[in-house]
Amino acid sequence: MIVAKQKPIEEIIETLKGYNKILILGCNECVTVCEAGGKKEVAVLASALRMYFMNQGQEVKIEEATLERQCDHEYLEEIRKTVDQYDAVLSLACGVGVQFLAEKYMHTPILPGVDTCFMGVTEERGVWSERCQGCGQCILAWTAGICPVSRCAKRLLNGPCGGSSKGKCEINKEVPCAWQIIIDRLNELGRMEDYERLIPIKDWSTERAGGPRKVVREDVRS
Amino acid sequence: MRLQYPSGIRIICLPCTGKVDLLHLLHCFEKGADGVYVVGCLEGACQFNTGNLRARKRVALAQEILEKIGLGGDRVQMYNLSSSEAPRFVQIAEEMTQKILKLGPNPIKLARRKMAA
Ligand code: SF4
Repeated sequence: MIVAKQKPIEEIIETLKGYNKILILGCNECVTVCEAGGKKEVAVLASALRMYFMNQGQEVKIEEATLERQCDHEYLEEIRKTVDQYDAVLSLACGVGVQFLAEKYMHTPILPGVDTCFMGVTEERGVWSERCQGCGQCILAWTAGICPVSRCAKRLLNGPCGGSSKGKCEINKEVPCAWQIIIDRLNELGRMEDYERLIPIKDWSTERAGGPRKVVREDVRS
Repeated sequence: MRLQYPSGIRIICLPCTGKVDLLHLLHCFEKGADGVYVVGCLEGACQFNTGNLRARKRVALAQEILEKIGLGGDRVQMYNLSSSEAPRFVQIAEEMTQKILKLGPNPIKLARRKMAA
């Protein structure tokens, strides 16, 4: 999933200055799972903002809604009839949702309520960590299913480097060395021959280096 | 024991303080409560193991939010006591009442009245 974290309320208040009718719009997908922008977080933020503005003596109307997703037309269309009532929409979806809203509704300012962080997993409730950087050409088949692009600080494709010590990365003793995990797992799998195989220079044009990316599937396209 | 405690306190019964959500706490203040305190079982004695520990974290988060939005974090507190400690219950009720009297009324209540006028 896409992992995001809530923006500090002070920052949100700053971006909302001057708007008198605001819709806080949550998303039922990834940001609900990582507890940053689901229905619950929308309700908490809306309550806090209502109290803030009231305490400031400002009459600001704050309303709440949560869509199934903010990255698909059909769900974003659900607010078409009502969006013009608002001076601004504060989206608690990831940056994808914020932008899709902004592209769709040209006359309403769309503001982000979360900081979108990475694609990752829930290690345990309250702990999320990165697993994939969407490089566009997955090499997990050769690295025992562990991604050195997202989990090695140097993104080494043939690691580890000299900074790996006792299974930890030199950038931080809390960070496991991705290549140590890869080697341990290859060992477990009895596939150390994969480690001997040099991974060739990666074509980074399928990653961000090639500019904004797009996937087109003619077979499913309508 | 028929002990007396301040009459301004309204008790909301819950099966466990673990049921207290951050949203419940915020809504109390939005509706005009001057203060809220959550009274859970002693730490380590929760029937559901961690209900009161979870409540403590939620109270801490509510304090942080109330502080940031200018209502004052001290308006919400967490206390622990066992069900047999009636005198302690009274002591907490008095302590909290004094604290809230010192802080004054919930500014939201006053702001709402001003806006309505
Ligand atoms: S190799 Fe690329 S696509 Fe595969 S997990 Fe790593 S970053 Fe993601």
